[in-house]
Amino acid sequence: MADTAKAKGGGTAGSTGGRRRSRKDDTSSRLADETPETLLDFYRQMLLIRRFEERTGQAYTQARIGGYCHLNLGEEATVVGLMQALRESDYLFTNYRDHGYAIGKGMSAREVMAELYGRSTGVSKGWGGSMHMFDTKTRMLGGYGIVGGQLPLATGAALAVSYRGGDEVVMCQMGDGTTNIGAWHESLNIAALWNLPIVYVVINNFTGMGTTVERSSAEPDLYKRGSAFRIEGERVDGRDVLAVRDAATRLVEKARSEQRPYLLEATSYRLKGHSVVDPAKYRTQEQIEEARANDPVLAFEHRLEQAGILTEDKKQEIAESVRAEVADAADFAENSPHPEVSTLFDYTYATPVANESRRMPADPVFAE
Amino acid sequence: MSVITYRQALRDTLRAEMHRDENVILLGEEIGVFEGSYKITEGLLNEFGERRVRDTPIAEEGFVGAAVGAAMLGLRPVVELMTINFSLIAIDQIINHAAKIYGMFGGQNSVPMVIRTPGGGGQQLGATHSQNIELFYAFVPGLKVLAPSTPAEAASMLRAAIRDDDPVLLLENLGLYNTKGEVPDDDESVAEIGRAAVTREGSDITLIGYSRMAALGTQVAEALAKEDISVEVVDLRSLRPLDRQTIVDSVKKTGCAVVAEDDWLTYGIGAEIAASIQEGAFDYLDAPVRRVAMAEVPLPYAKPLENAALPSTESVTTAIKETLSAVGKRVG
Ligand SMILES: Cc1ncc(C[n+]2csc(CCOP(=O)(O)OP(=O)(O)O)c2C)c(N)n1
Ligand SMILES: [Mg+2]
Repeated sequence: MADTAKAKGGGTAGSTGGRRRSRKDDTSSRLADETPETLLDFYRQMLLIRRFEERTGQAYTQARIGGYCHLNLGEEATVVGLMQALRESDYLFTNYRDHGYAIGKGMSAREVMAELYGRSTGVSKGWGGSMHMFDTKTRMLGGYGIVGGQLPLATGAALAVSYRGGDEVVMCQMGDGTTNIGAWHESLNIAALWNLPIVYVVINNFTGMGTTVERSSAEPDLYKRGSAFRIEGERVDGRDVLAVRDAATRLVEKARSEQRPYLLEATSYRLKGHSVVDPAKYRTQEQIEEARANDPVLAFEHRLEQAGILTEDKKQEIAESVRAEVADAADFAENSPHPEVSTLFDYTYATPVANESRRMPADPVFAE
Repeated sequence: MSVITYRQALRDTLRAEMHRDENVILLGEEIGVFEGSYKITEGLLNEFGERRVRDTPIAEEGFVGAAVGAAMLGLRPVVELMTINFSLIAIDQIINHAAKIYGMFGGQNSVPMVIRTPGGGGQQLGATHSQNIELFYAFVPGLKVLAPSTPAEAASMLRAAIRDDDPVLLLENLGLYNTKGEVPDDDESVAEIGRAAVTREGSDITLIGYSRMAALGTQVAEALAKEDISVEVVDLRSLRPLDRQTIVDSVKKTGCAVVAEDDWLTYGIGAEIAASIQEGAFDYLDAPVRRVAMAEVPLPYAKPLENAALPSTESVTTAIKETLSAVGKRVG
């Protein structure tokens, strides 16, 4: 079994042995069970998110990207592992830390970068920005900037699936801090009452913006917090892409076959500040070193190298193709058009309506 | 034509729309077994079963948000909020989510849902249960807000709301549920959202209202007709979009206006109407626009205090007569 902790619905789980995980890089998931292609594919996806996010941070500092900007740096194994568990037809809702998920669910790096640049070629046509990646085709139904906002929505999406007797599952990602908001309690209760096919995934990076889990959650073992609703929870090591994939797949398939909600907590290290502008001064030197030592991309790289799967040539080749993809995405974004101001009133209503205001700020209300 | 109550008109329309479209489902507290706090959903659980008529836990944010999510996948949920006061628990899902999803994601995904909820004071329910806060929602682009004042409007607006692809808040009114009016048999009329209506023609003064105040306005106009005062009544019907043109056209004809609103005056809906009138009919105005609105207090329980604080036939009548005498028109 994976080194996951489990909480039964209604019961209490055994001790999980403290909050910090061991630094050993051993996991239950054996490399030998995987094809080299799969492993290299995961590695490439993780590296793509890493380089994409680094490039995003850079573009942000150069004021090519505006607004708030939260990166998945340090969470690459979690993101890629989770996305392997979903079918194309499954739905995904996330919080604002969504770039990696958008790419992982199938959006192109180009369209995601263009959205960050606010261009009309972006996934949300430049209307959403960093926190609001959305694509009906790949069924990623939104990054959401209001903490907890995605939970009732995802729960309702699962209601629609259940109402129609479909076999899709909804995955609803959130951060550790989100387990304290009312929407968490209301949504999990509804999902359990109505037997909805949804997996709530808590990315525990140990902190909200700067407030730690211990200082914000009275039950800091977050995977246990489904117990109040008899929702079974598991904790998985989010540094380990295979362990995440296995745990997520297991819960997603259970949600699908049993038509009921599950909860997965993935422990993860945020390598940088809460958002690009956050210097994370509240972190101790020890914490910074711990996060670096737990870099999931480097760890996976070493494992693959040690197993002889990632050769030096292959490593170069992947690095180069990822570099090229990110550079291409940034070029594409840079050279894409800004949305036309004439489209300002295109998306207020889906059904056109009489007397909809199309006034510009200085216009009189009644233009003769 | 049949004469039915506002309540009956809503119930009949819900039932017919559920028969017409399998995607229409009802969600709300106590709407099934209990048949609704105000019995709008009476009989519907029996007829359609639990799959389509869902009693929710007391979790306004959770179930309103779930309706938004279900609508994103193409269902057409009709949510009942017991009263508009409780919408405050769900306001994040209404304003930050329902109203934003279509635009914020570049028009990819519409949110075809309805929130039905009554406002209205005058029931001795005290301060937290008697508010008229439709303004909060009428303020927000992305939402459509309808306020029927008669059974016929309730039916045609609910039909329009359910068939529309955007989130619509249908403002009902506790004081109107038992009022009666004519509704066509086999009614299929669909209100046009975004349109006000002149519900009574007149020449001396324009009276603008919505929901209970439009109904009350009609009574006032009828009474004043006996005194030879000719009041034109504009029923706003749609609070967003707001049909300014109909208001202004009427004021251009009469030269003066009274706005009757059940909410608080400062920053209220009447303020927006008055501003629109000065912008669109400044040269036609013979007197300042007069507003009749609730006293600016948390509404008290005791009947004499509650009555005094709410707009009434008397206060609207007084405002009309005072405006007319300021203009120098004869007052009966
Ligand atoms: C309702 C709400 N309150 C506060 C904020 C500001 N805020 C943005 S992110 C954040 C921390 C969230 O932490 P967590 O859920 O752990 O997610 P993480 O950023 O760690 O991925 C806060 C407080 C917000 N966006 N929404
Ligand atoms: Mg966090």
